Amino acid sequence: MSDKKNWPLWEVFIRSKQGLHHKHVGSLHAPDAEMAIENARDVYTRRMEGVSIWVIESAHVHASSPDEKDCMYDPANDKIYRHPTFYDIPDEVGHM
Amino acid sequence: MENQEQLDQFQAYVDQEMKVEAKDWMPEKYRNTLIRQIAQHAHSEVVGMLPEANWVTRAPSLKRKAILLAKIQDEGGHGLYLYSACETLGVDRDTLIDELHDGTAKYSSIFNYPTLNWADIGAVGWLVDGAAIVNQVSLQRTSYGPYSRAMIRICKEESFHQRQGYVIMMEMAKGTPAQKAMAQDALNRWWWPSLMMFGPSDKDSLHSQQNMAWKIKRHSNDELRQKFVDMTVPQTEYLGLTLPDPDLKWNAERGHYDFGEINWDEFWQVVRGNGKCNKERIAARQKAHDEGAWVREAALAYAAKKRNKKGAA
Repeated sequence: MSDKKNWPLWEVFIRSKQGLHHKHVGSLHAPDAEMAIENARDVYTRRMEGVSIWVIESAHVHASSPDEKDCMYDPANDKIYRHPTFYDIPDEVGHM
Repeated sequence: MENQEQLDQFQAYVDQEMKVEAKDWMPEKYRNTLIRQIAQHAHSEVVGMLPEANWVTRAPSLKRKAILLAKIQDEGGHGLYLYSACETLGVDRDTLIDELHDGTAKYSSIFNYPTLNWADIGAVGWLVDGAAIVNQVSLQRTSYGPYSRAMIRICKEESFHQRQGYVIMMEMAKGTPAQKAMAQDALNRWWWPSLMMFGPSDKDSLHSQQNMAWKIKRHSNDELRQKFVDMTVPQTEYLGLTLPDPDLKWNAERGHYDFGEINWDEFWQVVRGNGKCNKERIAARQKAHDEGAWVREAALAYAAKKRNKKGAA
């Protein structure tokens, strides 16, 4: 790491239109939240890609570990009865 | 230390066309190759703003000036997407910038050629952005997730860059004889350097094999170069201009255009720093960075002041 004083890193989330979730689009550096939003506007919405921007300092993001992928998600794997296609419904019954 | 089993597992994973994400285990060489390649790509976007900036104040109309500014702003944005992708691999922004300025890192040699007149802006958009797009479309499928996502975004935005360049060439090619001559002259100067953008021939390309196996690269330099030539020949014919290559001709057997030998001496000279504009480009970057230092510091100090005020209240 360099010893210079870097602007902190921010993660940028954009809502592309009303009714949809904010979605992670990338990151950028900025000295504070206000400038992070202004920079995000210039970097990530030059072609009307969004109607709302969230920024969060990357240091504040807590993530699951990729090493725990197996034990985290495996238990869901053998519970296929959670999916509607597990159940056979006769055609006569119609759409369900 | 990484062992063979880990390397095999990684290869098997990549072979299934699965993407690697930032926190996943990856071989050190994979990580370092990506840092080098993405940084080089980011630097190219940023340095690429300079030859075009040369014409902003002299664009022939307000419309052309606005278009050129928008294109240059895009290049800056593309540099930022790529720096961010690179930083996910554990390198920080300042280190990358320092390496550009001290010459440790490279950028595309094409930007060490000068833009001498307005037709060059047309030729750069049409040929240089055109060649970049061929490469970037291929890289959308690169195995490293953040790099792939940056490429997808860039490709979406970049197609206007090539089209606006081609429109400049169209207007000049059907203009006065002097304008047409300018367009031909620009084409003559930019054609061969554009072909060099795809890098050394496959037989001389140092890292190609491993990078293809890890799916960092998806197509070889020569494949991409051929694709670009095949696309560009009919576009040139439409303009009524001539590509400066007497050996260029359709090869029905191969289903591709044959083209002449690239001047690799020139290529390596420019890579080694002896191109027309190498020193000027780095000096301009360094100057912009140094003169912006007080702004970066002031913004940090202001942010700290605001935080303290909030804390005190």
